Amino acid sequence: MRVNFRVNGRPHEADDVWEGESLLYVLRERMGLPGSKNACEQGECGSCTVRLDGVPVCACLVAAGQVEGREVVTVEGLANFAKDRAAGCAGGACGGTDLNAARQWEADPERAERADDGAVSGAGAELSTVQQAFIDAGAVQCGFCTPGLLVAADELIERNPQPSDADIREALSGNLCRCTGYEKILDAVRLAAAREESQTAGTGA
Amino acid sequence: MDFLRPAGWEEALAAKAEHPTAVPIAGGTDVMVELNFDHRRPEYLLDLNRVTELHEWEVGEENVRLGASVPYSRIIDHLRTELPGLALAGHTVGSPQIRNRGSVGGNLGAASPAGDSHPALLSAGTEVEVESVRGTRFIPVEEFFTGVKRNALAADELIKTVHIKKATGPQQFSKVGTRNAMVIAVCAFGIALHPETRTVRTGIGSAAPTPLRATAAEEFLSAALTDGGFWESGKTITPSIARQFAELASGACNPIDDVRGSARYRRHAVGIMARRTLGWTWDAYRTGGLGTRTTEGGAPCA
Repeated sequence: MRVNFRVNGRPHEADDVWEGESLLYVLRERMGLPGSKNACEQGECGSCTVRLDGVPVCACLVAAGQVEGREVVTVEGLANFAKDRAAGCAGGACGGTDLNAARQWEADPERAERADDGAVSGAGAELSTVQQAFIDAGAVQCGFCTPGLLVAADELIERNPQPSDADIREALSGNLCRCTGYEKILDAVRLAAAREESQTAGTGA
Repeated sequence: MDFLRPAGWEEALAAKAEHPTAVPIAGGTDVMVELNFDHRRPEYLLDLNRVTELHEWEVGEENVRLGASVPYSRIIDHLRTELPGLALAGHTVGSPQIRNRGSVGGNLGAASPAGDSHPALLSAGTEVEVESVRGTRFIPVEEFFTGVKRNALAADELIKTVHIKKATGPQQFSKVGTRNAMVIAVCAFGIALHPETRTVRTGIGSAAPTPLRATAAEEFLSAALTDGGFWESGKTITPSIARQFAELASGACNPIDDVRGSARYRRHAVGIMARRTLGWTWDAYRTGGLGTRTTEGGAPCA
């Protein structure tokens, strides 16, 4: 079957989709977006977390046919999604992320730092606050759980700009990390929330 | 495999009548696991996501009419006053990602003895509204579970709404598991005080082939509280009454040994949870609150 849906703010169609296949499979194998990770395939690990119409879900538990006409944000589009949100336009109104750019997306914090100085404004390479905070706090080890954690943490701060530790623990309770022991991840989310707060402070927002 | 996408409820019923083997899928948190692991290869998937009324609820005089697909996260956010037991139970389901998709209708459809909703539904008092092209019927939730992962639905029927009595007194839910998230119950216990009828109702999860009420424990406790004038006086329940209630709750179990726990442990734990949740709800009743103990950080643990 064919599935038409929006991915990272752009319309897409996936063809020859098997009726029993998951959104995760469509993203990774049919669209070339392997950022969302395939691990447990049963909703235990959260490494495939994406936003479905804004709501964090496990992409492995959404049937492909269920996303017809709906909006999906993956980790590849997260930086632009956060940027658009800060600019006050959601759902790809500011352009979203082109599929090719999304496929080639690579974290490049140095480039992002340069971009902050206005020297380089590379498409796709700029990091969102949460992404930068994960790097700065050392919250990434093997990196497998990171995409899911980034999507979940970004949604938490969007919904609750000053989360308590209990809020952070609860929001990330569906994302397993087997390397870090979570402490650095908690640090990263606190850091991201504090940075977002200081960025919006003084803007009247 | 065919993917059926009815645009509305009537269309969904017609599709289910035409294809009785079709597997309904809403949040997908159970069905997709079975598909991903090739445990199930149904001929038809019946996607209920476009049936908008299944995602709605209505708060009436006595009941909440909860659409079968309303996700747990919405129950927790919007119905914790009317349905405190179910909100507490829902808060222990999976993770935020799972609670954003999973629903009471799915829990009932799967009819696992370990479903987290079931003890709360049993203790609150619930009827399940099921419909087919042949008509509608209301099934008391006690009669809905017919065996391990079996329910009273006919092949052409779908769950439409769940009619749950609004709380008129404190309710509690307690669950044993290895961590606070992403955990299937080793066993669970729900309790609801119904001061207007001077009764107490219970629900036991994961300690018998089906979820069930501890009716002997309920009858004993209701009689003891009424005979002792406890409802009027609001005095503390004596340890001997609490102990006997716990023993009877424990005795209602018919558990098995499995990877999550032994039958003996389950019986024991259900008794402990019965005694503790009774204490919490009764304290809330005495002090006039509805006793919606939060499960978040620092709450007493069952």
